[in-house]
Amino acid sequence: MSVMDAARPVELLTFKLGDQEYSLDIMSVREIRGWTRATPMPLAPSFVRGVINLRGTVLPVIDLAERLGLQKCGQNSRNVIIVVKCHGHMTGLLVDAVSDIVALQPDEMQDPPDTGTSDTPNVVKALTLIDDRMIRVLDVAQIVTHAESDAA
Amino acid sequence: MSLEILAVDDSRTMRDMIRLALEPVGFTVHTADDGVHGTEVLEDIDPDVIITDINMPRMDGFGFIDAVRDGNRHRTTPILVLTTEAAPEMKMRARSAGATGWIVKPFDPTKLVKALQMVAG
Amino acid sequence: MTASDPLADIRASFFVECEELLEALQDGLYALEHGTGDGETIHVVFRAVHSIKGGAGAFGLEHLVQFTHQYETALDAVRSDRLAVTPDLLKLFFRAADHLSDIIRSAREEQPFATSISAPLLSELTARVSLEANQEAAEDIDFAPIAVNLDFSEDPLSAKGAQLNHFQISFTPEPELFDTGNDVPHIFAALADLGELDVQCDTSRLPTLHQLAPEAVYLSWSLSLATVVEEAEIASIFEFVEGLCELDISLRVTSDANALGSEPVTSDAMTPSTEPVDAEPQSNPQQSHRDTRQQTVVRVDIERVERLVNLVGELVINQAMLSQSMQSAGISPHSEAMNGLEEFQRLTRDIQDSVMMIRAQPVKSLFQRMSRIVRETSASVSKDVRLITDGETTEVDKTVIERLADPLTHMIRNAVDHGIETPATRLAHGKPEQGEVRLSASHRSGRVVIDVSDDGGGIDRDRVLRTAKDKGLVPPDANLADTEIDNLLFMPGFSTASNLSDLSGRGVGMDVVRTAIHALGGRITINSEPRQGTSFSISLPLTLAVLDGMVVDVSGETLVVPLNVVSETLTLTENNIEMVSPGHWVVRNRNGFLPLLDLSAVLGYRAERADFTDRIALLLTLEDDVGVALVVDEIHDQRQVVIKGLDDSFYRAPGIAAATILGDGQIALILDPADIVAHACSLGAHPPAHHRMEA
Repeated sequence: MSVMDAARPVELLTFKLGDQEYSLDIMSVREIRGWTRATPMPLAPSFVRGVINLRGTVLPVIDLAERLGLQKCGQNSRNVIIVVKCHGHMTGLLVDAVSDIVALQPDEMQDPPDTGTSDTPNVVKALTLIDDRMIRVLDVAQIVTHAESDAA
Repeated sequence: MSLEILAVDDSRTMRDMIRLALEPVGFTVHTADDGVHGTEVLEDIDPDVIITDINMPRMDGFGFIDAVRDGNRHRTTPILVLTTEAAPEMKMRARSAGATGWIVKPFDPTKLVKALQMVAG
Repeated sequence: MTASDPLADIRASFFVECEELLEALQDGLYALEHGTGDGETIHVVFRAVHSIKGGAGAFGLEHLVQFTHQYETALDAVRSDRLAVTPDLLKLFFRAADHLSDIIRSAREEQPFATSISAPLLSELTARVSLEANQEAAEDIDFAPIAVNLDFSEDPLSAKGAQLNHFQISFTPEPELFDTGNDVPHIFAALADLGELDVQCDTSRLPTLHQLAPEAVYLSWSLSLATVVEEAEIASIFEFVEGLCELDISLRVTSDANALGSEPVTSDAMTPSTEPVDAEPQSNPQQSHRDTRQQTVVRVDIERVERLVNLVGELVINQAMLSQSMQSAGISPHSEAMNGLEEFQRLTRDIQDSVMMIRAQPVKSLFQRMSRIVRETSASVSKDVRLITDGETTEVDKTVIERLADPLTHMIRNAVDHGIETPATRLAHGKPEQGEVRLSASHRSGRVVIDVSDDGGGIDRDRVLRTAKDKGLVPPDANLADTEIDNLLFMPGFSTASNLSDLSGRGVGMDVVRTAIHALGGRITINSEPRQGTSFSISLPLTLAVLDGMVVDVSGETLVVPLNVVSETLTLTENNIEMVSPGHWVVRNRNGFLPLLDLSAVLGYRAERADFTDRIALLLTLEDDVGVALVVDEIHDQRQVVIKGLDDSFYRAPGIAAATILGDGQIALILDPADIVAHACSLGAHPPAHHRMEA
């Protein structure tokens, strides 16, 4: 499966989860906001942090680290919520810290190798190297839309 | 030729119909909801022809024609009565009140335009 | 202006107008029935039907025209004092009004409507009129619908006859001709359109100047017209002045039309052109509307209103946040900033109220529908019942009104069918033969209260209790208070009718009504006096966009409980709680035992407590009379909250209906109490009990 369809540069928002670096297509990002306390949703799966007030609308927030099966986000003031829009729904992704915005050519990214494990959802759609660091490119739709079925 | 018309009718549908029949041929259409409103509107405009319904609240068509003919400004302005009754006595009553002519509802737009042109030149 | 079909627009607006006219018709008939009208009332009624007929004709709605014509004829007989208003006649008029509304609805929805359905009413209406006037009975309709053709391309003058007729016309106007606003040149211009016109003016009767009377007419004309049209068409030009002039039209010669050339002949010197108008004036909109009063009604897309409602919701929340942060910043309550904030608060509230009122409508249309229900129901059960309405102008959210129609219909039917006694029974009890159903609406402390009451026999409590016991709804040895028995009516499937009439179908009872009222965030209560009647009182929120809630604290989380289900609050003591089995507790109150749910544990905030002493419980009464007690940590206050939907495509939490935003900007969840109970049951708690099953 080809990662990117068009041969034009892709802009990625890179951020940290623990000591790993991840990124999202910037086209799906609506805004980035500082951490505010979320109102927990009763009996929700652990990666659902709850809901926050985003200028009058109720925005669900996912702890992305927990969602990816990593250690839960340590809470500190540098935590940010990346607000993404996918299939008409807005979702907040809680991450440790936002790093940078980088532009890459499609050929600078490669499909993730099949590691044969199916424990974590298939949310990493590509890998790339920036300054010798491996960056995982996440599939927003997978993160957001598969949350419900995972939760059930 | 373009005419300025005042249409007095308590039915919004009828007012809309008149507007729809006359505006596309270039007439300017003013409307009023009843006789009292009609006399108010007439204070500010000088229509070429007045069209009026008979059955209306507050002041009916006959009262309205009286009021128009009693005033000086529109004493000779042609007035067409919109009536659902084609009965001769209705026509006579309209005429004795001072109406110029009559149009039987539901009107045919072409005939309405013709009638208006006939009374207004 | 737009690409939309203007005729379709007018058609739509015609049906809107019909609704208004039907309302005016109902009002007028009601006023006539109750003697509250004046001399103008019958004219209003007549005009309503008359206007519907006028519009119906324009749209070629033949059936509607026929019916309104006959209806109007009967009304006209009353209007001109040829027919006396009797209760009987008014009943007929009411039925005709109901039927009229049916015809209009089917016309609007373009559904077929069998004319045969109207036949009985038509003949009744006709019979009334022919009773009073023998010669008019056979009057046929001289009003035929003409579907309006707005295509102007067809030129009626272009029809060419083979023959050219030469007419000689002599015309002498009388002074009265000018009094009616007719004028000679216009007539000649119209004639000139028909062919080649030659005009000769006879001035022989003109006196010398000093003898000239200004209002007198001295001129006469002789005209010759060569035209393809027939004499009748020429005569029609003189229609308006017939009797106001001396007129003679005679055909002189007929010749071959082609001799005149194929061009239609136009004006001579004295006739202005009457060519179809060029596009230039295409009416200047500003000018054409300049002098006319603006429509008093603006039609607005409901989505725009919703958007405004949402924005105002934001404003309210924002304002609350601002005032909270100012307070916590320690700004003096007497400072100018705080005074300004207070003014801001007041304005915000006013704006919120005004915006909510955009969606508000008077309950009048709803009440009018109910008067029809009363008429139809009473007729079908052979009772004489009249509906008395009050507070028709009370305004309620449009959605609430729409969703109230069904429950109210059901209650009104019940009142007529079961509440009001048979005429014989009423007379035996010394009551007037005619029963009364009252329907009233009013605003009370920020809510709308709708009362439905009858002056019937009241609830037969013995029978209700017996039925409930027979059906196993209450234990056979239950000893219930009067109000408790009355409330059994709300239990699912309860029906007191010993023989099921066609009106109150099996299984449809007051429980359905109460479910509908609850769904609107409302409450319903019942009150009954033997032999005096029964009354139901419905209390509703003004709008569905806000909710009256009780704000509570549970494990540090703020939650909102819909106030309409909270029946009481209670501090738990050793005396009023009992452990049924480990982990299962009940609260005792007047009505019996209610299962106790630890809200925090049900929502998974923490494990269930072992001891509830001194805790606070909310006693909730849910649909189907399910009672439950919820343990909370603290009650903050009661307030109106703006409802925010939760995006549950992602995750739907059990027991949560929606959310709201508090003054501090935090989100509080709004509970769905019925769902809480369902969820608790699934966790293995004891199922909640019906209040009245235990004594």
